[in-house]
Amino acid sequence: MMDNLYMPYLMKIEKVTFEAPGVKTYMLKFINEEDQNRFTFKAGQFGEYSVYGVGESTFCIASSPTRKGYIECTFRQTGKVTNALSGCEEGSIIGFRGPYGNTFPIEEWKGKNLLFIAGGIALPPMRCVIWNALDLRENFKDVTIIYGARSVKDLVYKHELEDWKRRKDVKLITTVDPGGESPDWKGEIGFVPTIVEKIAPSSKDTIAIVCGPPVMIKYTFPVLDSLGFQDENIYTTLENRMKCGFGKCGRCNVGKVYVCKDGPVFTLAQLKELPDEY
Amino acid sequence: MNIDKRLVSKDSLEKLFDILKQNSKTIYAPATKNGKVSFSEADSFSGIATDYIQTTQSSKDVDFPRTEKILDYTRNENGMSVKGIDLNDIPEIVLWGVRPCDAMGIGELSAIFNWDYKDEIYNNRLSRVTVFGFSCSKSDEYCFCTSVGGNPGNTTGSDILFTQLGEDGDYLAEVLTDKGSAVVSLASGLFEAATDIEKGKYLADVPVRFNREEISKKLEKSFESGLWIDQSLRCLGCGACAYVCPTCACFDIQDEAHGKSGSRVRCWDSCGFSLFTLHTSGHNPREVQSQRWRQRIMHKFSYMPDRLSVYGCTGCGRCSRACPADMNILEHLISIQEAVV
Amino acid sequence: MDDLRKRARELLETSEVKVVIGYEQGTAGKTRALFVEKPEDTDKLIFDSRCVQNLAVYITKREVKDKGKMAIAATLPVMRSIIQLASEFQVNDNNLLVLGITPESKLVEFNSLTEVETFVHQYQIEIDARNKEMLDKLEKMTPSERWKFWTDELAPCFKCYACRAACPMCYCSRCTVDFNQPQWIPVPSHELGNLEWHIMRAIHLTGRCVDCDACYNACPLGIPLNLLTKKMVEEARANFGGYQPAIKGEHLMSTYKPDDKENFIQ
Repeated sequence: MMDNLYMPYLMKIEKVTFEAPGVKTYMLKFINEEDQNRFTFKAGQFGEYSVYGVGESTFCIASSPTRKGYIECTFRQTGKVTNALSGCEEGSIIGFRGPYGNTFPIEEWKGKNLLFIAGGIALPPMRCVIWNALDLRENFKDVTIIYGARSVKDLVYKHELEDWKRRKDVKLITTVDPGGESPDWKGEIGFVPTIVEKIAPSSKDTIAIVCGPPVMIKYTFPVLDSLGFQDENIYTTLENRMKCGFGKCGRCNVGKVYVCKDGPVFTLAQLKELPDEY
Repeated sequence: MNIDKRLVSKDSLEKLFDILKQNSKTIYAPATKNGKVSFSEADSFSGIATDYIQTTQSSKDVDFPRTEKILDYTRNENGMSVKGIDLNDIPEIVLWGVRPCDAMGIGELSAIFNWDYKDEIYNNRLSRVTVFGFSCSKSDEYCFCTSVGGNPGNTTGSDILFTQLGEDGDYLAEVLTDKGSAVVSLASGLFEAATDIEKGKYLADVPVRFNREEISKKLEKSFESGLWIDQSLRCLGCGACAYVCPTCACFDIQDEAHGKSGSRVRCWDSCGFSLFTLHTSGHNPREVQSQRWRQRIMHKFSYMPDRLSVYGCTGCGRCSRACPADMNILEHLISIQEAVV
Repeated sequence: MDDLRKRARELLETSEVKVVIGYEQGTAGKTRALFVEKPEDTDKLIFDSRCVQNLAVYITKREVKDKGKMAIAATLPVMRSIIQLASEFQVNDNNLLVLGITPESKLVEFNSLTEVETFVHQYQIEIDARNKEMLDKLEKMTPSERWKFWTDELAPCFKCYACRAACPMCYCSRCTVDFNQPQWIPVPSHELGNLEWHIMRAIHLTGRCVDCDACYNACPLGIPLNLLTKKMVEEARANFGGYQPAIKGEHLMSTYKPDDKENFIQ
């Protein structure tokens, strides 16, 4: 049986969760049980999700590899495929190709403090590694999560934010942009980089994982630098236009790197070596 | 290692064609249409074009088709039924009349399709192709195979390499692989023993124009140089260069739906198109043509050798011949070698 | 073309224009576009019978336009394209100066695009004899014969869009084929995809095409796709009495008049 690289797994949408305006999470189960049993992935990897007849779209796998039996993806309605995907319901069948890409080196982080910084729709790639870490909580020292969005309604994974807030072994700081607060908002108000500066987490023995829109990242890195974080200890994920996901179609090629193969997880040190074409 | 050298008389070539046809081989050979020579299915030996330096398009269409179905799907009451392509539908092909530069290009294209993930659709197609290379007795000012590790009588990539011994002469046939030997077995009477024939004097003279390792080194320091803007001002941003190139592999994946069923196809694409890298958000990392031109050269002469250990150029000169704006790659490469960065 | 070189040099020395677009010697006996910004480089400008590329395609190109006011060495087809672009608000007297080259290869100075228009209006767009013969042959075919002709001719097309890239009228920053909501024209190159692309392009060019053959010259596969655009020139003539590019001209396909024929609506 020839292995067709382009052939997706058939997945059924088990559960749909409305996260924020235009943003949904789908819980997916493999239709074929053999596929389900064989499938493994690591935090940071992504897949190509298809709506047959419309096309494929690239999102990370937003659930943790420690949770078996399903995978989750979170996406925002922006283009042709995500619009079609958004029109699917519980019970619909879609395709999934993956897992592709490199992973967060969680093993190397054992014994260290973890600082997660995320903005808006970039929480999904982080959610995978956050849950992965929390499911192995005893391996890490302090876990801090700083998450912000444009406004209260744009915060995703609202239920999980509450879970994380309640946990005593996690320090969670949520923030919304100035003007995005609701009357009963009890979290911080300010752009994510500003809040990071305010909280001033220690860089000693700490790994920082940062995901967010380009403008947030641009202003967060200098803050981390001023707090003493080394470039090799700051991790982020790159997004780029992708099609195949396995390093052949050429779209995500940046310098000598293919984001789908050598990424999407990069350290800031690696990022600084890349030409400014992403 | 001794190469199996045979002599095939001029008249035997047509007989070989007929024998291959009788054995159900599909033969792709150069033919003239609208004044241009390209590979197409050959029904008769007489239809094969002979008086040309290089075909307009490469022969990559046989293992990397311009449009290729990768799956079919149908929605039914039970859900979804998805089928991959049936490899038994792929015919056995003889690629007749491939220049040594193109034969070398097959290896470069294969390197991309087998980089870590193996594209078995591509590999299967290639396994059904027998390559008849034909050495070059003539070249023109667009050719530069000798500058990129090739030469007009190069055996790399061919299953049998034919060299015509002088105008109107018989052919030296170098049988290079098992596939080549299989063809000889089909038509053994046509492949006579050859005394030690040296093909050198029958080959075109292609002077070396640049040193490609030097260019790779120069490119390491050239990313921010202004030369890309100067070189690309007249580039129109079409995909002609990528599509005629034997080693360009960039592709797109498109779904085509017809009611409840449809298919997914893989089709050629080019990094030269303005929307190739466009994000859904509207951000385009390569907004201007100079960035896209730079990508073309960098990918072929810097990124590919670095990651895949092969260069992405065989010196066939097709891109320069096809370009409506005279973006002559040889001229540009020499310019890069001479540039002060 | 000493006059051209001299005038180009003057224009750059006085900074009246920032870039002069003309032709230079290319490789393998071809000519190609040249963008001169320094007065001493005007020596590279040439003009002869090989210079047929329609340079007007560059006056809408951002990287060229952004340099400042442009001057362009323009033969008659190029002048026609320029006037058509002017009527579509893509160029004007502020950003373009035309150095005309008459059919007799003489330099003619224009002080404004209106003067270029007057010059252009002395000539009619005439389809050459060889292509006219081909069009007549096509006209005499039955619809199914014509369909076969076109599917055969367009079969080699691999959608490189060189025809679009070389055409001065195809300046849309986002072409119809680049939209995917909905995907108006299929992306892959196959029978339907190829036909739809070429037919759609010919229709989008109706009333705008100046019959310069840039599309045909650019096609790497020698496909006679200019027969489609030439046919539309003939159709425009037959149905609307022809057209001339005109700065204040009516746009044939996007202007509605109450007395337009409607006899095809049955």
